[in-house]
Amino acid sequence: MSVEAAQPADFAQPSYLDSGHTIRSWLLTTDHKRIAMMFLASITFWFFIGGMAATLVRLSLATPDGLLQPDIFNRAFTMHGIIMVWLFLIPSIPATLGNFFVPIMIGAHDLAFPRLNLLSLYVFNLSGLVVLYAVLLGGVDTGWYFYTPYSTLYSNSYVFAAAMAIFINGYSSILTGLNFVVTVHKLRAPGMTWSRLPLFVWAIYAVSVVMLLATPALAMDMILLGADRIMGLGMFDPSRGGDPLLWQHMFWFYSHPAVYIMILPGMGVVSEVISCYSRRPIFGYGGMATSMMAIAVLGFFVWAHHMFTAGISIYSAVVFSLMSFVVGVPSAIKVFNWTVSLHKGSIIFDAPMIYAIGFILLFTIGGLTGLMLATLAVDIHVHDTYFVVAHFHYIMVGGAVSAFFAGLHYWWPKITGRLYPEAVARFTALLTFVGFNVTFFPQFVLGYLGMPRRYYAYPPQWQSWNVLSSAGASILAVAYALPLFYLGWSLLYGKRAGPNPWGATGLEWTTPSPPPEHNFAVTPVVTLGPYSYDPEDGSYRTQDGTHYAL
Amino acid sequence: MPSEYTVEPHIQYASLEHQGDSAQDCMWVFLATETVFFGAIIFTYFLYRVFYSAEFDVAGKDAVFWCGSVNIGILLTSSLTMVLAVNSGAQGRRRAMIWWLIATMALGFIFMAVKGYEYYQDFTDRVVPAVNFLMKPEEAPAGELFWDFYWIATALHAIHLTIGLALIAYVLLWRIRRGEITPEYYQPLEVIAIYWSFVDTVWLFLYPSIYLLGRS
Repeated sequence: MSVEAAQPADFAQPSYLDSGHTIRSWLLTTDHKRIAMMFLASITFWFFIGGMAATLVRLSLATPDGLLQPDIFNRAFTMHGIIMVWLFLIPSIPATLGNFFVPIMIGAHDLAFPRLNLLSLYVFNLSGLVVLYAVLLGGVDTGWYFYTPYSTLYSNSYVFAAAMAIFINGYSSILTGLNFVVTVHKLRAPGMTWSRLPLFVWAIYAVSVVMLLATPALAMDMILLGADRIMGLGMFDPSRGGDPLLWQHMFWFYSHPAVYIMILPGMGVVSEVISCYSRRPIFGYGGMATSMMAIAVLGFFVWAHHMFTAGISIYSAVVFSLMSFVVGVPSAIKVFNWTVSLHKGSIIFDAPMIYAIGFILLFTIGGLTGLMLATLAVDIHVHDTYFVVAHFHYIMVGGAVSAFFAGLHYWWPKITGRLYPEAVARFTALLTFVGFNVTFFPQFVLGYLGMPRRYYAYPPQWQSWNVLSSAGASILAVAYALPLFYLGWSLLYGKRAGPNPWGATGLEWTTPSPPPEHNFAVTPVVTLGPYSYDPEDGSYRTQDGTHYAL
Repeated sequence: MPSEYTVEPHIQYASLEHQGDSAQDCMWVFLATETVFFGAIIFTYFLYRVFYSAEFDVAGKDAVFWCGSVNIGILLTSSLTMVLAVNSGAQGRRRAMIWWLIATMALGFIFMAVKGYEYYQDFTDRVVPAVNFLMKPEEAPAGELFWDFYWIATALHAIHLTIGLALIAYVLLWRIRRGEITPEYYQPLEVIAIYWSFVDTVWLFLYPSIYLLGRS
């Protein structure tokens, strides 16, 4: 699908890519689009570093005795977790696609605080440097959750450096969230009411609220952990009156909402893509926006479901189990609404849509297995097994990473002004789906059979499932490396994209591709809700009210 | 003449008022994150205080009561002078604004001096965990936890206060000197004042938690 149209003629300004060609014009820019591109470069780097650590883990688990030394194995999975969570997944969609498109989608000329936005990038890269320092010295072996007193008293690895990196990284999240919240409140174009916001903007708004209210708690956790580790204070050491469980509560008070930080932006991307590629308005817009805010709020009240077997009281376990089921309700509403949106649509199976449909299927599996884990009795059996590993990878990789690729392909023509090659992109999207399932479905089976997570060795009867999983991981590695090549190729040789190659309705598609420095020559006036696709005759209206026949 | 200096709104804002409102919102949202930040340590402190109330009562009696008490008076007064500075700025009384800001900074420095003296006293009292600490028999083993939280919380508060002092110095030496704070656009000053009052409010919670509990 590609709609031919001329660039809007009222524009004499150069695009954001051409508004300056010096290195300085990039490094000191306050343009949200350039900052988004620099974020994209940073997180792509970390995605592949984190992926290498995962490769080591899967290689090692191909044999029952393990190819890696136990200590190296511990460091590999810990660094995989730390890098993927804080240096890829948390900033993945908000700091790149969110940064680029939230201002354009609400008709603003920039974010509310462009210099804070640039600061957020440098704070993020500083945290990346500290992680690099920890990795080069030998890494961390505690797991990404730093359970005490192992992390404070016994671990012989670089816990302090990692804790400081995460502390610094948190302030990048906070600055980004701060910017989005004020921008959405203050900088909406005339006519862009809350009920006309694209769902992607709602998702980024919801995720910003979570970032703002959860991340400071993590910052304090890391200060206490770092102080304890470096000075031996014993705040979590039972022999000195400390409570190790307190650490788990404090850590998961951030890190469970963090799961929603990772998945909510994906839900926003998928809502945009599903509507555009089925040429129908999204079903139940109000329910979609409300359920995203509900997930953001309810996500704060489920943290102790990570601790059912840690020795918390049965009464609190029952409450947290119940709350975990409650958070499943808005998630289910979203899945049903996406599915109904497809009904009677003219579905176009382009790459973003294949990723988005993959998202719905994998998120559903990940969500339902999450409910199994929230059931107290089942959790006793599968706690700390590969069942848990498979469950959260279905959400974070099958869900969040698929959505990231969906959004990256969907908006690629707008970001770069070039179309990506569709056939190879479709193939890659399918390969991702296949590779993902081959990697992680066997882990559900292994977990149910009782294989514990974080072990470097296992009984030989589980080898075939593990080999299958490692084989899937190699497929997945290819599928994740391919976009680097064909998207890179399209930068130079891709067909030039018009302003609206997909016939989509958001304000971002009314600007030239790529957009000029301050997005709009004249602040747009919004007259319509976000998804004015007419399923009868295939025509559509962009949010400024212009009608297009397809 | 400084009053002829005009400030233009940035491109994403319709007017200076719009820009100033957004800056204020930014600070309020940031303070929400700060509330969670300090809330987390105050929460953990009270959790341990409930577990070990007798030990914490013993440990807490070693806190230098007069320093904390004088300091709460100083900080509350500094909030008043800060508000008077904003008020003067809003009314265009430039000279009064500058003097109230200098008074606020002076009170901030006095707080830091008292705090520094208190830290010195704490050191001679041997209540500095990991550096110079002597466990009294009646507070073992958890009394040290009180001091862990005392040091981390008051140090973080002092860092916040130092940032506040730097912000006032910035607004005095940069924004006001260039005549950028006018009755039409005084929000940069007001944003700093909101932050300053928050730092005072943190002490309003730390003071009773550290110095008053268990003394009656």
